[in-house]
Amino acid sequence: MRGLKNMKLPRWLAPIRDTVGVSRWMFWAGVVIVAVFVVMAIFAPLLAPYSFDQVSSGGVDFPKQHAPDSTNLWGTTVGRYDVLSRVVWGSRTAVEVVLLAVAFSLVVGVPLGLMSGYIGGKLDRILVLIMDALFAFPYLLLAIVIAFLLSDKLEGFFLSDLFGAGVVTAAIAITAVYVPQYFRVVRNHVISVREEPYVEAARALGAPRRTIIGRYVLQNVIQNVPALATLNAADAILTLAALGFLGYGIQPTEAAEWGYDLQRAIDDAGAGIWWTGLFPGLAIVMLVVGFTLLGEGLNDVINPLVRSRPTEAPDIPAAGGEVGGWAPEAPVGIDRGRDP
Amino acid sequence: MSDADDNVDSGEDRSEGDVAIAPGEPLVELTDLETTYSVRGSFLDRLRDRDSGQVLAVNGVSLELRKGEVLGLVGESGSGKTTLGRTLLGLVPATSGSIKVGGEEITGRSEGQMRELRRRLQIVFQDPHASLNPALTIGALVSDPLRFHGIERDRERLRERATAALERVGLSPAEEFLDKYPADLSGGQKQRAVIARAIILEPEVLVADEPVSMLDMSVRAKILELMLELKEELGLTYLYITHDLATAKFFCDRIAIMYLGRIVEIGPAEEIYREPRHPYTQALLRAIPEPDPRRAVPRDLPRGEVPDAVSPPIGCSFHPRCPRAFEPCGWEPRDLRTALESRWTELSEEEFDAERAVLGDLGALDSSEREVVIPAGSGHEGGDVMAIFDSIREAAPDDPLWRGVESMEAAGDGVRVRFRASLEPRPLDIGGAVVRCHLHDPEAADGGSVNGE
Amino acid sequence: MSAAEENAAILEVADMRVWYGTRGDPVRAVDGVSFSIGAGETLGLVGESGCGKSTLGRGTLGLLPPMASVSGSVRYDGRELVGMDPKELRDMRGPELGLIFQEPMTRLDPLQTIEKHFRETLRTHEPDLDDDEVRRRSLEALAGMGIPPTRFKQYPHEFSGGMRQRIMIALALVLNPKVLIADEPTTALDVIVEAQILGILADLRRNFDTAVLLITHNLGIVAEACDRVAVMYAGEIVEQGDAREVFAEPAHPYTRELLRATISLETTGLNYIDGAPPSLIDPPPACRFHPRCPNAMAVCAELAPEETTGGGGQRVRCWLNGPEERIPEGGREPLEREEIAAAEEA
Ligand SMILES: Nc1ncnc2c1ncn2[C@@H]1O[C@H](COP(=O)(O)OP(=O)(O)O)[C@@H](O)[C@H]1O
Ligand SMILES: Nc1ncnc2c1ncn2[C@@H]1O[C@H](COP(=O)(O)OP(=O)(O)O)[C@@H](O)[C@H]1O
Ligand code: SF4
Ligand SMILES: [Mg+2]
Ligand SMILES: [Mg+2]
Repeated sequence: MRGLKNMKLPRWLAPIRDTVGVSRWMFWAGVVIVAVFVVMAIFAPLLAPYSFDQVSSGGVDFPKQHAPDSTNLWGTTVGRYDVLSRVVWGSRTAVEVVLLAVAFSLVVGVPLGLMSGYIGGKLDRILVLIMDALFAFPYLLLAIVIAFLLSDKLEGFFLSDLFGAGVVTAAIAITAVYVPQYFRVVRNHVISVREEPYVEAARALGAPRRTIIGRYVLQNVIQNVPALATLNAADAILTLAALGFLGYGIQPTEAAEWGYDLQRAIDDAGAGIWWTGLFPGLAIVMLVVGFTLLGEGLNDVINPLVRSRPTEAPDIPAAGGEVGGWAPEAPVGIDRGRDP
Repeated sequence: MSDADDNVDSGEDRSEGDVAIAPGEPLVELTDLETTYSVRGSFLDRLRDRDSGQVLAVNGVSLELRKGEVLGLVGESGSGKTTLGRTLLGLVPATSGSIKVGGEEITGRSEGQMRELRRRLQIVFQDPHASLNPALTIGALVSDPLRFHGIERDRERLRERATAALERVGLSPAEEFLDKYPADLSGGQKQRAVIARAIILEPEVLVADEPVSMLDMSVRAKILELMLELKEELGLTYLYITHDLATAKFFCDRIAIMYLGRIVEIGPAEEIYREPRHPYTQALLRAIPEPDPRRAVPRDLPRGEVPDAVSPPIGCSFHPRCPRAFEPCGWEPRDLRTALESRWTELSEEEFDAERAVLGDLGALDSSEREVVIPAGSGHEGGDVMAIFDSIREAAPDDPLWRGVESMEAAGDGVRVRFRASLEPRPLDIGGAVVRCHLHDPEAADGGSVNGE
Repeated sequence: MSAAEENAAILEVADMRVWYGTRGDPVRAVDGVSFSIGAGETLGLVGESGCGKSTLGRGTLGLLPPMASVSGSVRYDGRELVGMDPKELRDMRGPELGLIFQEPMTRLDPLQTIEKHFRETLRTHEPDLDDDEVRRRSLEALAGMGIPPTRFKQYPHEFSGGMRQRIMIALALVLNPKVLIADEPTTALDVIVEAQILGILADLRRNFDTAVLLITHNLGIVAEACDRVAVMYAGEIVEQGDAREVFAEPAHPYTRELLRATISLETTGLNYIDGAPPSLIDPPPACRFHPRCPNAMAVCAELAPEETTGGGGQRVRCWLNGPEERIPEGGREPLEREEIAAAEEA
């Protein structure tokens, strides 16, 4: 068991343990930041003082654009919403949309990339063409077009009941932006893996094609996906905010969304009302940074070439240590009990 | 197959439907097998409209693999050995010819039908590291074939079968290996795991493609010994592919020597080693380093390397390297280029520049025409060119090339060279071995001496 | 000591150690080796994979990764290389000390012609060379390797594997190094081409007085191409001497077993050494070969063997070869060992 002396971590996690230096720091910082937002998202009803669309408490209406005080810790907005509650609930929206968007992109992009890369030929050429076209399209425009086309069409969709139609629409709009990326990464990797002798070996053993694709190709291609998905998640937060900012996102009554709040806060800034813009803006920046750190950290973990060297040159003792040194001057009796 | 019944005790019958084949009877028969790859030429080639063309990697091979034997397929890299093995398993389609396994024709079968066949024919590739999926554990890798063929689905049973297979190839205690990944194993251990995976389906034929070439000297013997044990235990038939006649010597019953897609010599191992008849076989044998400095003598080795298979030499494809080649072996303008270039490695830079200027465009030397004119450079005439060739000839009058040149004369501002008609060697049966070489062909040899005066 | 060794040695390595840093204890890849090579002499360095041969070769030229430490002494032509200023050492690599690797393709730039490779190599060390001189010297070096001047302007991919290795050798030789280290130069090649390259290396030492350290795992190649041989096991040189003597009368069981395991045309049965070379983080104590040695005695597991002189004049480190007076009482008893499973192999 050379080199595997430490504890048993699942194999895909093992590299995390070995990572050091900046990568390690980035990875764990990312984990912590993202975890904070995830906790906020899950426990929003408990953490937020009010609901996201609440404008009064105990029969008393919140004042408009009120500075932070004991009732509204981070103040209120022009729509009399509580800023703290909007930010906390907004993390739920962000996490939901990102999760859905990443899931959709994986479900669509990865299989398409696999088929395109493994089967090749005409199918490959057509898919590459479509994906390149999508990729070349300005991403925000694409998301807006999709969001526009889908608005109000998703009422009966089963996910809409779970997350709300607005969240699902936003997620799908974002998906369209990221599918080409997954497709490209997976396809290009499949093309190189396809030529590996172990794929031919599986064929020679009589493996059916779907087994080869799933078990022999996909398993070796999928490793790059988590890092890409995390980096895309960071990007997705920005796209979501941009959609909200431009008014194509989730309606304020449906869920709290940072981009929308930011847009509403624009006029406040000139009037010295800093709290309406600062907090949602900060939330966006923090979560984007969190996902980016996590993604870059993962990238280094998975791709050890860029990992910094873990060790320094050892000191060689003058005598070269015990082992390999010369025998003592005088003959010594053999002591069988002694551990050499 | 009447004597099949005499060998009732020669092993359990594994595949029910099949007619039992007695040891020594042909199990796999290849007839005139050809496999071509199409290769894309370089961008420039395509611009120049050169035929980017075809590699005839296996060129009309006929041989049989007899039940229970070890047939060695030996040759340098690029001879087409791997392609032959891959064609046999249907991993690349045969271009023409026939492959019969147990009497059944298998060329032209669909991938689905080939899958069935692969329970009976297995292959071990050269690089044990690359042929194991790095994402799976050894246990999963070794038991996968059972899953592929729907023989076993139960996890526990799969694990048991994998354990048994690992123990059988000497990876014991198997429990220690089941959950490891290929990267955790040494080269020899990986090759053992690859072999375990190949035998878990209890195949009849195992194609072993250079199974020990990538391993350290000290591990080679262990793997070969394992393969011999498995052969006895499981009644396997081997096609052992190698470039090393030393390992083949005690491993193989019969040896086939392959060069540029053709089998140039095939026969019982003792016969091949006792009296190698083909000059290529002789060269392969001479090249093996002997671990005894007292017997290491300067050896006379063939020149150059295996030529590009896209445009193989005409006649006998070994002729450019063959020390014993003579008139009918297929001389062509390219051989003249080789002679020129080898002379130029001996000249000083000024001499080379001077000489190169005497000659014009050497494009003619790339053809395979029987007659070419080599133009003189500007300011020079045929006689000057002729003088160069004469001096090459003088320096090495015994070079086989000159036996292939029928006539050479100054013609205006160039030299016209005519080569002798080329003849492709045919398979000849001598002393139990089949050899493709004109030296052993009374007709060609006669023709040669007549032409050569 | 052979005659060549008594001649002024051009390269003298004494008690050299190269250790690699790891997260845990260091890897003692080379652990106290001493040898020397005379001008025009070829020393073969053999041993199984993982015994530290490549590390020794690179360490000699100061080509080690940053987490490696070197101690001991490497004297080239009277100059000490260990601890030398890296820049000075870099300037010596090429014109004084040459290196050839196993895989030629990865060392040639696919986008540059052979001519460019030569020009760059020559100009790096002799910036004042004019074009004609560059061409003359390059063509000369190539011709020596059997590559015609007509191919001077071609790209690496236009050459076969054997040709590329010849080009690599020519590139190393064009600077006329006095010491050439060849790390498994023929392992990736076929038998016939391998024999051709070995022939070239043999000519080299005859014609140019170059000292060659030829690293290989194949004893056949040593027999073929080397004057002397050093057998390396687990970071140490266990036996070294005149190749003929060592092959005729190997004094160390490891040498003997390696010889028996080499498959050649004379081989009539399969032999191998049980087990595998040990981890060099925590090598076995005393004689590092004792867990695998068929002749191991009690003393072998207790005391490190001293250097002695074997029957053929070679230097050996094995208790079988004495010194008798240093073996403690009872030390000659055969060592009881645990069974070595096949799974423990390399
Ligand atoms: N996939 C391929 N595409 C095109 N040419 C190939 C391919 N595989 C092998 N070849 C060519 O076919 C010839 C025979 O190769 P191979 O069967 O690998 O020989 P060997 O196993 O004897 O080294 C070589 O000239 C090689 O370049
Ligand atoms: N860069 C490195 N870092 C740590 N260990 C190394 C490094 N390079 C080689 N080693 C270790 O040093 C030992 C000797 O390796 P090497 O010199 O390559 O041996 P050989 O050439 O004989 O196969 C091996 O155990 C190997 O794992
Ligand atoms: S036919 Fe025989 S003699 Fe002629 S080139 Fe071929 S091998 Fe040599
Ligand atoms: Mg091959
Ligand atoms: Mg090495």
